[in-house]
Amino acid sequence: MPLSNEQVKHLSRLARLSLPDSRLDITRNCLNSIFELIAQMQAVDTTGISPMSHPQESATRLREDVVTETDRSVAFQAVAPQTEAGLYLVPKVIE
Amino acid sequence: MISVQICNEPVSVLRRALAKKEISSVELTKLFLSRIEGIGAPLNAFITVDSERALAEARAADGRIAKGEAGALTGIPLAHKDLFCTEGVLTSCGSKMLSNFVSPYDAHVVSLLKKAGAVSLGKTNMDEFAMGSSNETSHYGPVHNPWKPGYVPGGSSGGSAAAVAARLVPIATGTDTGGSVRQPASFCGITGIKPTYGLVSRYGMVAYASSLDQGGAFGASAADCAALLSAMTGFDPRDSTSLDRPTEDYAAAIDAPVPHASRPLAGLTVGIPDEFFSEGLGDEVRAAVESALAQYRALGAATRQISLPNARLAIPAYYVIAMAEASSNLSRFDGVRYGHRTAEYADLSDLYCKSRSEGFGAEVQRRILVGTFVLSHGYYDAYYLQAQKLRRLIADDFKRAFTECDLIAGPTSPVTAWPFGAMGDDPVKMYLADIYTTPVNLAGLPGISHPCGFDSAGLPVGLQLIGNYFSEARLLAAAHHFQQSTDWHLRRPANPA
Repeated sequence: MPLSNEQVKHLSRLARLSLPDSRLDITRNCLNSIFELIAQMQAVDTTGISPMSHPQESATRLREDVVTETDRSVAFQAVAPQTEAGLYLVPKVIE
Repeated sequence: MISVQICNEPVSVLRRALAKKEISSVELTKLFLSRIEGIGAPLNAFITVDSERALAEARAADGRIAKGEAGALTGIPLAHKDLFCTEGVLTSCGSKMLSNFVSPYDAHVVSLLKKAGAVSLGKTNMDEFAMGSSNETSHYGPVHNPWKPGYVPGGSSGGSAAAVAARLVPIATGTDTGGSVRQPASFCGITGIKPTYGLVSRYGMVAYASSLDQGGAFGASAADCAALLSAMTGFDPRDSTSLDRPTEDYAAAIDAPVPHASRPLAGLTVGIPDEFFSEGLGDEVRAAVESALAQYRALGAATRQISLPNARLAIPAYYVIAMAEASSNLSRFDGVRYGHRTAEYADLSDLYCKSRSEGFGAEVQRRILVGTFVLSHGYYDAYYLQAQKLRRLIADDFKRAFTECDLIAGPTSPVTAWPFGAMGDDPVKMYLADIYTTPVNLAGLPGISHPCGFDSAGLPVGLQLIGNYFSEARLLAAAHHFQQSTDWHLRRPANPA
């Protein structure tokens, strides 16, 4: 099932990537080559096989409900592109 | 006066020399730093070299040694793959996206190795976000194979592998999601181990595919890998998949006495999967691996044919799972909290899209797009869920195989290193070369690659040993005994740059 340019554009919107028109054909060709490879999976009958999500399927660990982290927000925000008064700045989203 | 030859010595010899005060950690650190800046410079193996920090750590190590407080790796220089977060040091992941990211904290592995006293010389080059098998996707340019400039070192941990092979550093960390420790070890003629999934904490390792990512170790020999890996493993509550089990001293395990010194592998059964010696395997790789298997038999091991019938499905299953998890993991890079932010934007959506498109390279964007597709509504069952079912079949193949043998052996890669650009524009061509390494990640098993010969172009060939869960000691011991009777791991590139 080869992807069309329209589908590639839709995917890039979903993935929050801006794909210039000049890269559309080459990207579509690469993606279709990858889909051809992964289409091999469809030929295998996996009825009754349970999916394996992790190699060690142990239950999620629980821990005591106590504070384990210290406040390092200043250090963490030091690497942010733009902050003010402890807040991350982004363009206005509500008029 | 210290000899330059000391840079070729194993970790055990360096430790002894440090303990006897024949050399100081500062001298050792300066020696390796001068190699990085000298013969190492054209290899492009490092993204960051932090000489001042390294020398400060070396002085502290010398202080500990003088007080008799040396730990397992005190004073030994090492390098970290640039996806391990290092507090106060650039952690770029080989990407423009993180080219301004000075980590505010240390990865668990980094803090364990600091505690062990190791001296970090810097951060090694890698495929962007560990997505590649050749190191050609790095924002910082490709790494040259020390055996042949203009040839790839393998990937994604190509910088770590090239640095160890050229003796710019004795040992280095790496990570292995689909072969990223074993394959570059093979291409660079060194030893590399990927342990059982869950043994090395992923805390502070920039995530690619979380259910597959696992930290690993590079060294010239199995003994050096054992020394490094022993200091890297251990339970970490900050990684939800970290396994709570006692740590092992692999260095001690490989030195354990054997009943028959001339046949140290007597009693060991090595399975040879038919599927790893079929179509697509290079003739020279096959010949080198087969003569190494003869050597294993000479050391007392028995070999027997086994079958991993679903191994051929590993490539599609691996790429679906890895790309799906990558698209989810990499959604955190949005130009808001850290990493690259575009200079001009109209609104928030534009900020996200432009920052991500400028920050990620072509291969990373491709994998995000495929991952987004296979996780999208209506396709999840056909792709991601189907891949997870194949993952079960592949893991069951190994389970069955390990009722018939103790270890599994075969080539690490069907080919030796290729020249830059040889794979062309079709990414799939390169994916197919991961055929022998990806099944191991899908099953979560440990694997090691050790050198076993060269092709006619003088490029190294690697042999992969795969073990059952938690059989790292057995894998390392088998490779160690092979190396005690062969010298492939002692060969050094004549003129690494």
